[in-house]
Amino acid sequence: MKRLGLAILFFAFLVALWEWAFRARIWSPVLLPAPEQVAQYLKNAAEDGTLFHATLITMRRLLTGYLIGIIGGLPLGLLTARWKIFHDTIGTMALGLQTLPSVCWVPLALLWFGQSEAAMLFVVVMGTLWSVVIATDTGVRNVPPIYRRAALTMGSKRLHMWFRVILPAALPFIVSGMKQGWAFAWRSLMAAEIFVTILTGFGLGQLLHYGRELSAMDQVIAIMLVIVVIGLLADKIFFSPIESFLHRRWGTSP
Amino acid sequence: MIFRHKTGSVTEELALIPPSKLAIENVSKSFRTSSGTVLALDRISLSVAEAEFVCLVGASGCGKSTLLNIIAGLEKPDSGRVLADGKPVTTPGRERLVMFQESALFPWLDALGNVLFGLKLKPNLTNRDRLDVARYYLELVGLTRFERANIHELSGGMKQRVALARALAPNPRVLLMDEPFAALDALTREQLYGDLQQIWTSRRKTIVFVTHNVREAACLGDRVLLFSPHPGRIQEEFPIDLPRPRDINNVDLAARASRIMHALKSFGQTEAAAVAK
Repeated sequence: MKRLGLAILFFAFLVALWEWAFRARIWSPVLLPAPEQVAQYLKNAAEDGTLFHATLITMRRLLTGYLIGIIGGLPLGLLTARWKIFHDTIGTMALGLQTLPSVCWVPLALLWFGQSEAAMLFVVVMGTLWSVVIATDTGVRNVPPIYRRAALTMGSKRLHMWFRVILPAALPFIVSGMKQGWAFAWRSLMAAEIFVTILTGFGLGQLLHYGRELSAMDQVIAIMLVIVVIGLLADKIFFSPIESFLHRRWGTSP
Repeated sequence: MIFRHKTGSVTEELALIPPSKLAIENVSKSFRTSSGTVLALDRISLSVAEAEFVCLVGASGCGKSTLLNIIAGLEKPDSGRVLADGKPVTTPGRERLVMFQESALFPWLDALGNVLFGLKLKPNLTNRDRLDVARYYLELVGLTRFERANIHELSGGMKQRVALARALAPNPRVLLMDEPFAALDALTREQLYGDLQQIWTSRRKTIVFVTHNVREAACLGDRVLLFSPHPGRIQEEFPIDLPRPRDINNVDLAARASRIMHALKSFGQTEAAAVAK
């Protein structure tokens, strides 16, 4: 309770600081609108459905790409961990591409797929996939050999070994890879939405883009806030429970 | 009391099964290291009777753990073979379960989940039966209250108790123990000596127990086999005919242990002398 109170106090202070900066006219109101204007925009956008619609479209793109990235990344990571030949080839490629900032995929995606959903999906998948491959590979390699040996003597082999021993043992690594993948997917989707202006649906990134085109700073800031809140919620709702479960089981400190 | 509603298969699962007879015939194994090839085991032959408790003692690096792994089927010998009840051992199998030195318990499962792991791989049991069997063994090692505990919450001694329950649960004929108590404090160890002897008497298993602790070997074993390193060979054999249960602090036991210790040191010196020449 005390922690929550302090956190609320902190954010209230930030808003107060903002309000003060606005009133002091340090910057032009066009560049720095009042908190109230931003709140007003949010209220209107929420009421006329723009915000909800844009969030839905963005989340659909994000989740589709993210899931494809994980579904593709996990088996690839297992392959690279299990066989040297895959490690030297796919593993090296994954390592290289993982270092590539995901926004760098946008020009290529635009030329390949044009202004389309496919282009955005491609960018999100590329953002997710390689982190998941690397994390799975690292996780599997870090499984203490004694777990495998113990399981072997109890009659575990092949698929049972993979699903009941190696994957669970690698779980802490895999989850942190999934979390990193999520962050990359989110970043790359925003980059894609800002650059890819298509008519198949207005996402949050596009709202942000048009806020700039219209010099509507309240819209820009409001959408940025929404994006931050979604990122926070995803962390608190999805990743935090998994991580705290892992910390409890493994006895690692959070 | 857990077995008020014993089903047929649980009774069967918990029934005593005949322990195995082991025959190790001319087993050799060498390893390549950066400083050349090391002969870890040099034509080891050894037979272990049904329900016998054999301790392998020696300095670290004498190949005793390697022999245990070969008996388990986790490693293959370069030459020679291991027979369990007359059948050659080629792969690991739940007839011969291993209890490792460091905790090999799975941190993603709780205590009960760990004991259940091997049971789930046994066909022809219902999940209800498996649960009953797992709880029986947790009770046997005195950890009924901790079945839902995470592994990291258990003390070192409790961890090894869970490991013992896990190794016993699939009802193996042979228990292979690789320095299972080495990392524990003296008091906990003493307790476990008592428990292990009792369990061995009640569950009738053939046990091969590897240790570098001479006193421990004399306390637990029917026979203590002394290994010499480089190359790994069985140097000497000490039958221990003291009555059971044995107390680690018993005077007769201490006398046996010091005899074994003396032998252990003497070939250490001959080896040093050989190196000096």
